[in-house]
Amino acid sequence: MERSQLLRQVAHQRQTLFDEGLLDEQFVQLEELQDRTNPNFVEEIVTTYYQDTSRLILNIEQELERRPLDYGRLDGYMYQFKGSSTSFGAKKVKAECSLFREYCRAGNGEGCMRTFQQLNREYATLKRKLEAYFQLARQARLTETASRPG
Amino acid sequence: MAMAGEIFRRSFPETIDQVRDDSSSSSELHVLAVDDSLVDRKVIERLLKISSCKVTAVESGTRALQYLGLDGERASVGFNGLKVNLIMTDYSMPGMTGYELLKKIKESSVLREIPVVVMSSENILTRIDRCLEEGAEDFLLKPVKLDDVKRLKDFIMKGDGKDGGETRIHKRKRQDDYASLSSPSPFPACDPSSPLMRSSSPSVRSSKRAKLRNKD
Repeated sequence: MERSQLLRQVAHQRQTLFDEGLLDEQFVQLEELQDRTNPNFVEEIVTTYYQDTSRLILNIEQELERRPLDYGRLDGYMYQFKGSSTSFGAKKVKAECSLFREYCRAGNGEGCMRTFQQLNREYATLKRKLEAYFQLARQARLTETASRPG
Repeated sequence: MAMAGEIFRRSFPETIDQVRDDSSSSSELHVLAVDDSLVDRKVIERLLKISSCKVTAVESGTRALQYLGLDGERASVGFNGLKVNLIMTDYSMPGMTGYELLKKIKESSVLREIPVVVMSSENILTRIDRCLEEGAEDFLLKPVKLDDVKRLKDFIMKGDGKDGGETRIHKRKRQDDYASLSSPSPFPACDPSSPLMRSSSPSVRSSKRAKLRNKD
């Protein structure tokens, strides 16, 4: 694919992530922290985010199987999940976290479970679309290296 | 329990080495960042490095106190060689909260001069007031931005540590601090509208007092 086409596609895919509400301004802040001295910063943060959140998802899953539900613990885990998502710029996921916490505070177990399912869906979508975007961006970077003179 | 130094060396080899290269004579700020979130630690670390600060990032208040040599269990590891110019701590952490850490630092005769900034994802006025009352230099809402860090750095670099006590005197509970204040020079006229830490030199202190007064 011609390089300018590739770049346009990368830019378009990136914009879609924002237009679809998956990412917010915080993600832009993270992108701005990336430079030549730290060229993989964003992807490092993404990896860290996945590490953090996959652990939390496991904890929450286990908690949701207990009876009775311990809303305090669930809220604690979700607080961390929300925090990481906020720092990462994961807008939709963050919103599901907030909703989940509201259900916790209301002691609404069904609401918690429903919201957790939705959260998992949003999370999976985010991962999928981010990975596609990063792959394309990597391709574009490779063509940049290839097209440099000398 | 592993020696604190080993833990940090495993995770942050270059920061420890930089610190041991006599940071006390370096013009770079050394910041201790405390946050239980791995994502947040990475972000704050990057923000600080971009702002040309040395960073040591730890995951809990307990670790922070160990690093500062205040855990009471072991002798401080050449404290002056590991001089910390600023502590940035998350508020909500399991175990010791950022507020509790702040208190412990301000209660220590060795550490109380180190400016402490509290960070939180929740904008709760009583929380903010509590922290400022206890001697926090500032309270930042997460996610922390590069501008926040730059502003902080300017503030710390401009007022040196020795004068730092004056900015917090307004809210200090300890009587002996008042006794130790020797400078008789009056502050310039307060400007309540000037934002905290934006202006430089003497007006920084007066705007800080004004802001604290406005919060009462």
